[in-house]
Amino acid sequence: MKHVQSRVTAQDYGDWAVEARGLVKTFGDNRAVDGVNLDVRAGTIYGVLGPNGAGKTTTIRMLATLLRPDAGSAKIFGHDVMKEPQIVRQLIGVTGQYASVDESLSATENLVIFSRLLGLGRTEARHKAAELLEEFSLTEAAKRPLKKFSGGMRRRLDLAASLIAQPPLIFLDEPTTGLDPRTRNQMWDTIRRLVKTGSTVLLTTQYLQEADELADRIAVIDRGRVVAEGTADELKASVGSSSLQLRTHNPQDIEIARQIVEKVLKVQSAVSPEGGKITAPMADVDRVTDLLIALRETGIRLAELSVQKPTLDEVFLTITGHGVKENTAKASDETNEVREARV
Amino acid sequence: MKSTSIKQVADRPLNNYVSLGQSARHSFTMAYRGLLKIRRTPEQLFDVTLQPILFTLMFTYIFGGAISGNVQNYLPVIIPGILVQTVITTSIVTGVQLREDMDKGVFDRFKSLPIARIAPLAGALLADTIRYTIATVLTFVMGYIMGYRPDGGLGHVIIAGLLVIVCSWTISWIFAFFGVIARTASSVQGISMIVLFPLTFLSNAFVPVKTMPGWLQWFVNINPISHLVTAVRNLANNGTFGWDLAVSLIGAAAIVAVFAPITVRAYMRRT
Repeated sequence: MKHVQSRVTAQDYGDWAVEARGLVKTFGDNRAVDGVNLDVRAGTIYGVLGPNGAGKTTTIRMLATLLRPDAGSAKIFGHDVMKEPQIVRQLIGVTGQYASVDESLSATENLVIFSRLLGLGRTEARHKAAELLEEFSLTEAAKRPLKKFSGGMRRRLDLAASLIAQPPLIFLDEPTTGLDPRTRNQMWDTIRRLVKTGSTVLLTTQYLQEADELADRIAVIDRGRVVAEGTADELKASVGSSSLQLRTHNPQDIEIARQIVEKVLKVQSAVSPEGGKITAPMADVDRVTDLLIALRETGIRLAELSVQKPTLDEVFLTITGHGVKENTAKASDETNEVREARV
Repeated sequence: MKSTSIKQVADRPLNNYVSLGQSARHSFTMAYRGLLKIRRTPEQLFDVTLQPILFTLMFTYIFGGAISGNVQNYLPVIIPGILVQTVITTSIVTGVQLREDMDKGVFDRFKSLPIARIAPLAGALLADTIRYTIATVLTFVMGYIMGYRPDGGLGHVIIAGLLVIVCSWTISWIFAFFGVIARTASSVQGISMIVLFPLTFLSNAFVPVKTMPGWLQWFVNINPISHLVTAVRNLANNGTFGWDLAVSLIGAAAIVAVFAPITVRAYMRRT
């Protein structure tokens, strides 16, 4: 109960866990991060959503003192990442996209070494390692070399290592990418439990659903910029809670159909890049009946109509006006698969 | 969630600086990690076990007769020479392994921890002194088997061994620097060999200096490796501490003073 209280007070005082202003990082010609602002309130889960190469990892690396920003500033609990990096490191835990643990050592050895580095005594470190391994259901594999660990086990160990110092802010860079749906759900539970204990979590993800499930607030990032920010509900309201996809029998009808869609649903629609397919956000699925009646009255014949949960593609299409680059089309497919598996 | 409950910001003593004591502690923990790795992959120790045996045998029997008349008389000359050459060559591996190690994700975690920046490097280098110790002991043992009986006595031989280990550790900072700035592990090996070959062979390690042309003698005499070899010979064969010992230690200190800071800085800048 104590934890819940501390979380409330943190929010009352309006403590900011992360304040980033105009962060820029350039690699050669590529402006990987191009003026990112982020404000993360202490005690919340904040999701940074975007496709591969949007600048999510680079942003996290700058906030975690692993990379020096070319311009802009960032504070972690009021401490500047460039002027007081050593203090910032005492306040954060970082779990990278690729497990940052020692492959050649066992799980216990890894945790003991990190604990010792964080100032724990020999026996304390042993206890801490055992405790965390149990917490993350890794006790049985404690002595096995990491080479034999599955992806999920590695991620869990990685997260465990980030929690040794009980940091008030935890960075999770794509914590579930590459995990199977079951392991992904376990990871989500773990992250939720973390925040209940009073931690602040900043996570990046390619999956809208993941951000939706976990995050209190979400920043959508594209080409190194934050293109939208808000609660999951606000974000979805801009995209619609579901998305309508419609293909007309006769391609010439597409403009008229589009006008009808926009009139009936009172939203902006988009014609998909492949052409011939209208996509529109939908706040209320019931409206689809009105739409169908209106289309019948105009005499437009439909080839296909479906109502789906919005995918990252549509969030992007709506917010940025351009689709997600090809490599993420695959990622959103995966999201759909996960959804199916969860139903 | 007992172990993962968090400690709030206000409950933490925060300090932007790492004390010297903490830096040493962090380095020793990193050295412990290095030792664990060696225990896990003992094949890493092949070079330091085979090289002393092979080189000592080869060089002694090839050059012994030509240089000192017979193998027996050559031993007091060659054993200190081969010792320095072998152990310092071994320290190249330190740079190569550091390069390979740094490419792994775990170094990201080290960077994100509130530990001394020098610790991951110093620890790795410290752990490798185990390699130098193995090479040193094996060289002396090979010498003993072949009939080398140093007049300085066991105590002075041990001091000579320690001197070589300490100097190799300091020289390993040079290779660690190459390791940090190089793009691949094999290029570290390449650069290091180019630096090391002239240094070890253009010295008094294998042949008497007076047989060389004058211009070469000049270089050989200022070569720090020559001073180290002479210091080891004085210790092991005569049991005396001389000026060469002082030169070796001063040189060693200078190398660390220059290379440790620039290596750490290069390491910090690498992303």
